[in-house]
Amino acid sequence: MSSLKENNEPDVFVVADNILSPLGKTTAQNFSKLKQQVSAVKQYHHPNISAQPFYASLFGSDEGFLKIDPHRYTKFEQLLIASIADGLQDSGIMVSDKKTVLVISSTKGNISLLENEAMSEILKERIALPASAKLISDYFGFVNPPIIISNACISGVLAITIGMRLLRAGQFENAVIAGADVISKFIFSGFESFQALSPQICKPFDRLRDGLNLGEGAATIILSTNKKYSQHVKVKGGAVSNDANHISGPSRTGKELAGAIKQAMQDAAVTSTDIDFISAHGTATVYNDEMEANAFFLTDLQSTPVNSLKAYYGHTLGAAGLIESIISVQSMKENLVLPTLGFELKGVTQPLNVCNNLLQGDFKICLKTASGFGGCNGAVVFGKD
Amino acid sequence: MLEENYITASCTITEGMVRKNNVKVFENNDADPAAFLLSVYRYFQLNYPKYYKMDNLSKLGWLASEILLRDNFSKERYKPEEIGVILMNANSSLDNDLKYFETTKVIASPSLFVYTLPNIVIGEICIRNNFKGEQAFFVTEYFDAGFVEQYVSNLLNNNLIRACVCGWADVLEQEYKTVLFLVEKKKEKQSVLFSAEGMAHIFGKS
Repeated sequence: MSSLKENNEPDVFVVADNILSPLGKTTAQNFSKLKQQVSAVKQYHHPNISAQPFYASLFGSDEGFLKIDPHRYTKFEQLLIASIADGLQDSGIMVSDKKTVLVISSTKGNISLLENEAMSEILKERIALPASAKLISDYFGFVNPPIIISNACISGVLAITIGMRLLRAGQFENAVIAGADVISKFIFSGFESFQALSPQICKPFDRLRDGLNLGEGAATIILSTNKKYSQHVKVKGGAVSNDANHISGPSRTGKELAGAIKQAMQDAAVTSTDIDFISAHGTATVYNDEMEANAFFLTDLQSTPVNSLKAYYGHTLGAAGLIESIISVQSMKENLVLPTLGFELKGVTQPLNVCNNLLQGDFKICLKTASGFGGCNGAVVFGKD
Repeated sequence: MLEENYITASCTITEGMVRKNNVKVFENNDADPAAFLLSVYRYFQLNYPKYYKMDNLSKLGWLASEILLRDNFSKERYKPEEIGVILMNANSSLDNDLKYFETTKVIASPSLFVYTLPNIVIGEICIRNNFKGEQAFFVTEYFDAGFVEQYVSNLLNNNLIRACVCGWADVLEQEYKTVLFLVEKKKEKQSVLFSAEGMAHIFGKS
């Protein structure tokens, strides 16, 4: 299909990326671990997070992310800085260029500071996301004010969609999109209170799935409309929708996620038969996975290979959409679709082609989806044609 | 040629006052935000049991959306997926985060935890009105009218949506302010051109 859009908007290319997770500090390290089906999810005894042992994917407490840190950045900020630094390395993107914008995605940022520091006005300002964004922006020397997205579990997918739109509209030429979240008692206790956590490594789309694992991570994806990157994978389209149904439970029908998928495919000028594989949200909660399977059925994607990476990384919240998008882009580059770790027997009502072996093929176009609290859904299409 | 977009209504709630289209419609100098917001809810004779379980950010944004959309908005003109909600604030959900965090010292409250995300107020507005279109929650130190104009105009001009509720909703302890704009492609009696200057003018009046 022609890549020329009717309104002559420029193509948006993926210039470079980084994944910083307990599995590795670069995209290559991460993808290599995933090919070996290594999971970062394991059992922890961290009384400062939970009195009971729990499964999650966490960085080691002694892990250093920055070689030099004179500013005493928080863990959240260190993760973003380390991820952005690796993403920028050798990318050719100038952060000090007026045509470059920084986009940051996070659900809870520095919220863990509440747990260890005395309450004060200064602390409240320190927790506010713009404070972190400014420190990160200043560290690299971005000249435009950073854009911050905090839209629950679709934050990462939404940040890519927003970056794509800003670039297409010609507001900027390059977008450095980075996301991170840190797991502490605040977040853990909330998911626990919702009885949303699995007592083992999670099982996306499986008959015996019993909840999600939480995970820590950061990721960076750098986009550009500069034609010198025209051999790179493209962000072809994106869209967002709302269920208008319930603030903490997904739509029963999946109609609204289906709507976002349709709109993203239309934006990308592709149809469901063009989609070679799907990277689902696949949190392994009963309702999310059922809703997603409904949405894929409604968009005629029920036989398209679909995977979920949640059993490798846990749910990394504001980083999830970025990490999973970057793995999908890497999958297209290596022509390998990763198996859904944790999946054995289909446990959703609609037909669904859950990928549970390393799949080789010629993969040109993929779909990434996400859904979250507040009834939000996001979908983005990547392609290498 | 690009079509022009118009602010067909606006609503501001801050410092004990409610303004609709720049005209004061309610005032109550009750110091406590929750008590003040409840007085707004009662004055406008709203009947929505879900209101009582919302956090202050959702109450603030939801009340402003009710007042914004009453009288002059007929959502029948649009399909649910043609209406978007794009909001921003400075403090994310910190007001409720502090309250939720207190409960974690005894028993973590799931009903407070769900409001520890700023985009929940968008969800509440969408549920009430059956809006299913584009959405985004941005966090910025100050209301960035220029960014809102560019982002929302882009959605409207590319026909991704045909109407949008957009603006600011922020609350932290005793301080609260929301200014919401209804943006449509058609001109109404009260309309002003949708522009950063137009929004900043209304935003600054309160």
